[in-house]
Amino acid sequence: MKVLVAVKRAIDPNVKVRVKADGSDVELNGVKMALNPFCEIAVEEAIRLKEKGLASEVVVVSVGSPAAQEQLRTALALGADRALLVETSAVLEPLNVAKYLSKVIDQEKPQLILFGKQAIDQENNQVGQMVAQLIGCGQATYASAVNHVDGQWVVEREVDGGSQVVALTVPAVVTCDLRLNQPRYASLPNIMKAKKKPLQIIAADTLGASVKEHARLLGVVPPPVRKAGITVASVAELVDKLKNVAGVI
Amino acid sequence: MRSLVIAEHSAGQLTAGTRSAVTAALALGGETDLLVLGGADAPEVARQAALVQGLDRVLLVQDALFEKTLAENTQPLITSLVCEGYTHVFADASSMGRNLLPRVAASLDVGMLSDVTAIVSADTFQRPIYAGNAIATVQSLDPIKLLTVRASAFAQALTQDKPCEVIAVEGGQSSTHARFVSEQLTTSARPDLSSARVVVSGGRGMQAKDNFALIERVADKLGGAVGASRAAVDSGFAPNDLQVGQTGKIVAPELYIAAGISGAIQHLAGMSGSKVIVAINQDAEAPIAQVADYLLVADLFEALPALEKAL
Repeated sequence: MKVLVAVKRAIDPNVKVRVKADGSDVELNGVKMALNPFCEIAVEEAIRLKEKGLASEVVVVSVGSPAAQEQLRTALALGADRALLVETSAVLEPLNVAKYLSKVIDQEKPQLILFGKQAIDQENNQVGQMVAQLIGCGQATYASAVNHVDGQWVVEREVDGGSQVVALTVPAVVTCDLRLNQPRYASLPNIMKAKKKPLQIIAADTLGASVKEHARLLGVVPPPVRKAGITVASVAELVDKLKNVAGVI
Repeated sequence: MRSLVIAEHSAGQLTAGTRSAVTAALALGGETDLLVLGGADAPEVARQAALVQGLDRVLLVQDALFEKTLAENTQPLITSLVCEGYTHVFADASSMGRNLLPRVAASLDVGMLSDVTAIVSADTFQRPIYAGNAIATVQSLDPIKLLTVRASAFAQALTQDKPCEVIAVEGGQSSTHARFVSEQLTTSARPDLSSARVVVSGGRGMQAKDNFALIERVADKLGGAVGASRAAVDSGFAPNDLQVGQTGKIVAPELYIAAGISGAIQHLAGMSGSKVIVAINQDAEAPIAQVADYLLVADLFEALPALEKAL
């Protein structure tokens, strides 16, 4: 069966972002970009399903600028079979991304659609759920284990207070949590091979999705700065400060 | 302007996050209704919810279908309720709210705003992005605004003596796509991590699962909750649902004690809104020292028992 994985080009998780001086957005010029860590987990899961013989083909898809080809090549180097880029220069609003992806899903007809649970830049945590609604299928968000049992996807989810197991008919949407797996590294030979794997570019407006602007970014500010703290010499001094200065115990 | 708040409850009690979501909704100043969905315990939850200050009415949907809230089952009901004239829909940015609301948004063909931390006006909101390293002000252009709110950014709505009206509503349809199989919940006598007044967290520096007892004892002395860094969870020292950070719980207690936690960007995203931060670390250069109000450079295996004794 075919597995589709949606991936996003996002800021490298180890970069500390800075807000632009004019407060219009964060500074992304010259900043290191990477495959969103949760998407990396989704790609890894798809490849493991292929290695288990459950998936026959792993297709990765991204919506975004031409630069996202770099992240698609990364996914190909990790083991995906082919890649699709829905190319657009527009701001990536979750619902619009979900609409483009649903059109791709209509064409590709995968049996499982994997997402990261959220992108670490905008932290929306929405696209997977929106796609599930748009294509009318079940969803298992925050997955920590994905199994295929009796023709259904049985997924363990991380929820507040513990974990939950749900069973979904095929096709299904699953969004991946950190605990699902440990992504592998791409080897040099695989990186070389990935350059020859098919990467198809689709102009977003040829998909016939009815997208529109839903929200406007008015500005961005840095978070409030905490005032510098003090170093205490002993536990006794710490307890004294917490009791008598901070008044929190 | 009319707001609908989607309630969450566990063990027959409204969650603290629901009360925070009500506060966020009331900040708009319009009519505010609270929707209680559930099985056999829902009427009692609704009766209790009717005492939340500021609500105009409580809508109660009791159906065995909602014993376990699957988004596939609740979305059709919520979508049809919202279409009856609500301009704003609020839910706590809990795993339930984050799971459900994007589905509702897609069904209504509107966008949604996640993890809102401030209401600027009826259409403009603030939310953190990039692991809390920037605060975005966003204007929604949609006729219906769907928001999940960060509970730690809003006070909990208070309780009053006189209840508001409770209206029973019918609805709900069972999804053919998704089925609840089982759940495993961590039981704890300690307060809920997201709403605790004090949180004591351990990181990789705890070295072993058994050593987490040191954290637990300090937490118990302070009547607080226990948290953990990703490193501690990945090493198996603590269960997943205790993780504090960008991908775990976002907390903002009065007092946050971080023991053996270096303070990676992803961890700071979950706790830097705490009122007072204490770091107990052997490394005075650890990033956590930059946000800590009080830094104790010490071996936590000596400091934690000493702290427990001193409290």
